Amino acid sequence: VSTAGSERVARPVRLSWRIRLRRDRSLLLMAVPAVVLLVVFNYVPLFGLVTAFQYYDPLAGVWHSDWAGFDQFRQLFGDPLFWEALNNTLYLSFVQLILFFPIPIALALLLNSLLSQRLRNFIQSVVYLPHFISWVLAITIFQQMLGGAGVLNQFLRGHDIGIWDIMSNPHTFALLVTSQAIWKEAGWGIIVFLAALAAINTDLYEAAAADGAGSFRRMWHITLPGLRGVIMLLLVLRLGNALTVGFEQFLIQRDAVGHDAADVLDTFSFYYGIATSNYSYGAAAGLFKSVISLLLIWGANKLAHVFGTDGLYRR
Amino acid sequence: MTGVLTIGRRREEKAAATVRRTRPRRAARPPWQEPPTAAGQTAKGVTLGGVLAVIVVPLWIIVVTSFSTQAAINRAGGLVIWPDGLTTEAYREMLGDPTVRTALLVSLGITAVGTALSMVVSILCAYGLSRSRSLGHRFLLVLLIITMFVSGGLIPSFLVVTGLGGYDQWWALILPSAVSVFNILVLRSFYSDTSADLIEAARMDGAGDWRILWSIVLPTSRAVTAVIALFYAVGYWNSFFNVMLYMPTDSPKWPLQYVLFTYVNRGNGLPGSVNSGFGTAHAQTAPLSLQMTVVVLTLVPLLIVYPFMQKHFRAGVLTGAIKG
Repeated sequence: VSTAGSERVARPVRLSWRIRLRRDRSLLLMAVPAVVLLVVFNYVPLFGLVTAFQYYDPLAGVWHSDWAGFDQFRQLFGDPLFWEALNNTLYLSFVQLILFFPIPIALALLLNSLLSQRLRNFIQSVVYLPHFISWVLAITIFQQMLGGAGVLNQFLRGHDIGIWDIMSNPHTFALLVTSQAIWKEAGWGIIVFLAALAAINTDLYEAAAADGAGSFRRMWHITLPGLRGVIMLLLVLRLGNALTVGFEQFLIQRDAVGHDAADVLDTFSFYYGIATSNYSYGAAAGLFKSVISLLLIWGANKLAHVFGTDGLYRR
Repeated sequence: MTGVLTIGRRREEKAAATVRRTRPRRAARPPWQEPPTAAGQTAKGVTLGGVLAVIVVPLWIIVVTSFSTQAAINRAGGLVIWPDGLTTEAYREMLGDPTVRTALLVSLGITAVGTALSMVVSILCAYGLSRSRSLGHRFLLVLLIITMFVSGGLIPSFLVVTGLGGYDQWWALILPSAVSVFNILVLRSFYSDTSADLIEAARMDGAGDWRILWSIVLPTSRAVTAVIALFYAVGYWNSFFNVMLYMPTDSPKWPLQYVLFTYVNRGNGLPGSVNSGFGTAHAQTAPLSLQMTVVVLTLVPLLIVYPFMQKHFRAGVLTGAIKG
């Protein structure tokens, strides 16, 4: 609001749109391919959401399928499998928030405390690597380490302790997928925190130390406030994405642990929408997820503003 | 909303360049900092050592097993931790296997074509939207950013792609994911940063926007271009679900990730009862080493490219990440 006045002063004489069109036509032309792809593969599907209110028939298409009103949703909300998937999603989201979220912060602090730049660079290179490994590969690696024929059970069998098959146990599945997520993404997650740490003025530490603040109090009064903005932003994003807990990860492991542990909202759309050709039903589940997610992002952002941070966008 | 991404840039790149030139030495502890305690140092070392081990050891075991003889695998009772009888038998066999060889070529092809297409489209769009006060750039930017928050979801996308005849087609694995708005915004924030004076001077000399992009903007942003190309390439190389969605039954067209999923992930069992899925022709070699070979083949391109790329992550290309 405060900058509006100065902007008005700084703005040059306004050219007519014809002249600007001629001047900027190559710039606009450059944007065309990306915009076309986004319109076809992102905006057209948005209108395809009307299938959630239809009895979609692939032969009739979107234009000629019968209208269902809210029938698909009525059926969805009466479906115990849907509630199971929603329940799993929220539960896994919560477990990941508690167990995953603090780890990149701790790792970044630890790395930041290392004096040797070369060692820091080396560790960063290694912990970033799993981020680029696909879920199929990551889960195969877990299977080879912790599965029934994996290294762990090779060792246990060798010592006559018996078998502990972590990979197909539905009761510990939440912990398993969270540790997979940590293995794959926690290292990459430190990048933002390292950047925030690098932005903290080191003079503050020196001044605090001169005033007699120990390392713990320096961390509490300087480091953590320096990370506050990033932490809040990531929390807002995490809350906004509470209904998205990963997709391929669950798709791949669903057969091993069963649907009652591994079905989340995204896999629900796939298994009860596409795999069964019940497209409208799956689209209804997808629309439900999208709407709730938008509300969550909006709400989380409001919350961030209440706490006095920027959140996703400035107020 | 325009500045969704603020990226650490030139300053850090310059700093990183000087660091590289003068060889990083062990930095001195600042005088105000307490001397480290033995217990603290040990705890730090153990933690970091553990973190590294969790990542490196599994990869090591898999690579060693893929190079192991059947005898070594039998002795170990499965996966081999210490090299004990090495052979490249499994690799020769796997690269001679039509399923795996085709899959490798398919993966490489999709990655190469997809990355090239994505880069051209993204670079053009990022530059096209990077000149402030150009006609409509604000509107187009909003159009792009909306797609980061609102999507039709799985089913409508599936219906659009199959409606366009994408079932069993290569392009279904490329076009729907060809544009990443996030990557465009990263590129754009770099391009917006290219010295306005330089561009103005070029314009005075009669250079058009295509010329400016090619001769000024691209050469000054090589690091970010490399990183974004890596992101796209990894995305295509790792693409898995799109295959399941659009060509689940047409196995000769499968890329490597899907072959890995079908034959290794699904074929997993106790040693001896392993159903390798590669047919009886390979019965004489170790199925486990064959499986691990597929795993390693899936990993190798990344391990080749990664060392050249990871210095750019440090050099601050992506550090600023996401900011309001």
